[in-house]
Amino acid sequence: MHSTNYVIRFVLIMTCVVALVLAAMATLLQPVHKANEALYNKRGIIQAVETKLPKPVGEMTDAEVADVFDSKVEQYVINTDGERLSEEEVIEAGYPGGKAENIDMEKEKKKDPSDRLLPVFKYQHEGSDYFIFSVRGNGLWDAIWGNIALESNFNDVAGATFDHKSETPGLGAEIKDNPNFRDQFIGKEIFSEDGKFVSITVRKGGAKDPDHEVDGISGATITADGVTAMLENGLENYMSYIKENRSQKVKN
Amino acid sequence: MAEETQVKDEPKEKKEFFGRKERRLITDPLTDNNPITVQVLGICSALAVTTLLYPSIIMAVAVIFVMIFSNLTTSLLRKYIPKQVRMIVQLVIIASLVTMVELSLKALNFAVYKQLSVFIGLIITNCIIMGRLEAFALANKPWQSILDGLGNAVGYGAILIIVAFFRELFGKGSLFAGSPIEFKIIGPTQDFLINTSESVMFGWYTNNNLMVLSVAAMFILAILIWVQRSYNPELVDVS
Repeated sequence: MHSTNYVIRFVLIMTCVVALVLAAMATLLQPVHKANEALYNKRGIIQAVETKLPKPVGEMTDAEVADVFDSKVEQYVINTDGERLSEEEVIEAGYPGGKAENIDMEKEKKKDPSDRLLPVFKYQHEGSDYFIFSVRGNGLWDAIWGNIALESNFNDVAGATFDHKSETPGLGAEIKDNPNFRDQFIGKEIFSEDGKFVSITVRKGGAKDPDHEVDGISGATITADGVTAMLENGLENYMSYIKENRSQKVKN
Repeated sequence: MAEETQVKDEPKEKKEFFGRKERRLITDPLTDNNPITVQVLGICSALAVTTLLYPSIIMAVAVIFVMIFSNLTTSLLRKYIPKQVRMIVQLVIIASLVTMVELSLKALNFAVYKQLSVFIGLIITNCIIMGRLEAFALANKPWQSILDGLGNAVGYGAILIIVAFFRELFGKGSLFAGSPIEFKIIGPTQDFLINTSESVMFGWYTNNNLMVLSVAAMFILAILIWVQRSYNPELVDVS
């Protein structure tokens, strides 16, 4: 049996050693972690326009993803009134990078809707523009998020990707894992015939309206409803911007 | 002269270093004392991470690393660790090793880190590791502790990989999905080696979604346990 004095000394030394080693390791690796995270997000963003990319995102190396993102994507930040913000304004709002890719959607979701900052990614391909918007919502267990790409008429969907924090594999996680789920969004329309915003609904039991609905995933109704709500609320944030550009197009 | 003595000494030293006892430390947990199928420890992670083969292999490697080094550290410190707080000391050793693994994985392979998410952190609660520290490392020399750690972690990892193999093959039709060497085996399109929409022999097969759910791991584990016990009836009464 060791004395109490010895126990306390042992524990103190052990704690200090462990704390130092782990803190040093975390600090040293932090730049790598940040770079990885940024690249992972870029992958998600350009995956929304996967059909327009030179090859599927899954087959791209990190360098190729960075290259496509840097050379073909124009990014800017808007507010909910659809006004474009300058880099200084974004930095002032608490994002030192000042770019759309730095926007933390979770932080923005907690803000009052009128104060939100929204990232826009414009992808150029063969003379046409595609606008990628980021959305975030709640699944069954935790956060879900995604990127939805609209064609330059701001109505037709060019593609969508989804990701999640901890949905069930084989059920809710299919929104990310199953390419057939996200492919369904291609060609859908977010406005009805008479110009009303209807978003896209993930329908349990199979899509009924071919223009505005996609098939749900059996066993994952709550996640699917989460996707529906996320798309509606997320696109609603961008609505001033979308409507403004849409009316310009109609005038032209 | 010097060379000769060295040659003579080698077999003798080797025997001490890696004798029958040492070999059994590795082979026992692989077969008759497997942590999962015989001791029924570490089941939670075996159910949770085995949907795909590639993350399971990463998980197995992580557990092997944590197990060997926590066994080694505990064994080296065994004379200095105060009995009153030994559990907490073990927990700190395991937790710091797991944190190191987590930080490295986040830097080396971010996609797999995302996929395994909380499960790497949950290695801390894997009862196999704490169990080996308590039962073995606290009372044995460092070298033997390393071997014991290696044996148990490989025994755990092997089961993980077997389960993941069947779950991915029948659940997704692929193997090693998400890794650089992805094989697509059975599926309905041209991307796969066996195209079920054209194949005469496998036309009936559609991906079995049950295999992706954690229940399937339970079935496969139960089959493994059954097979193992029918080969070695002595194990039947063990647990």
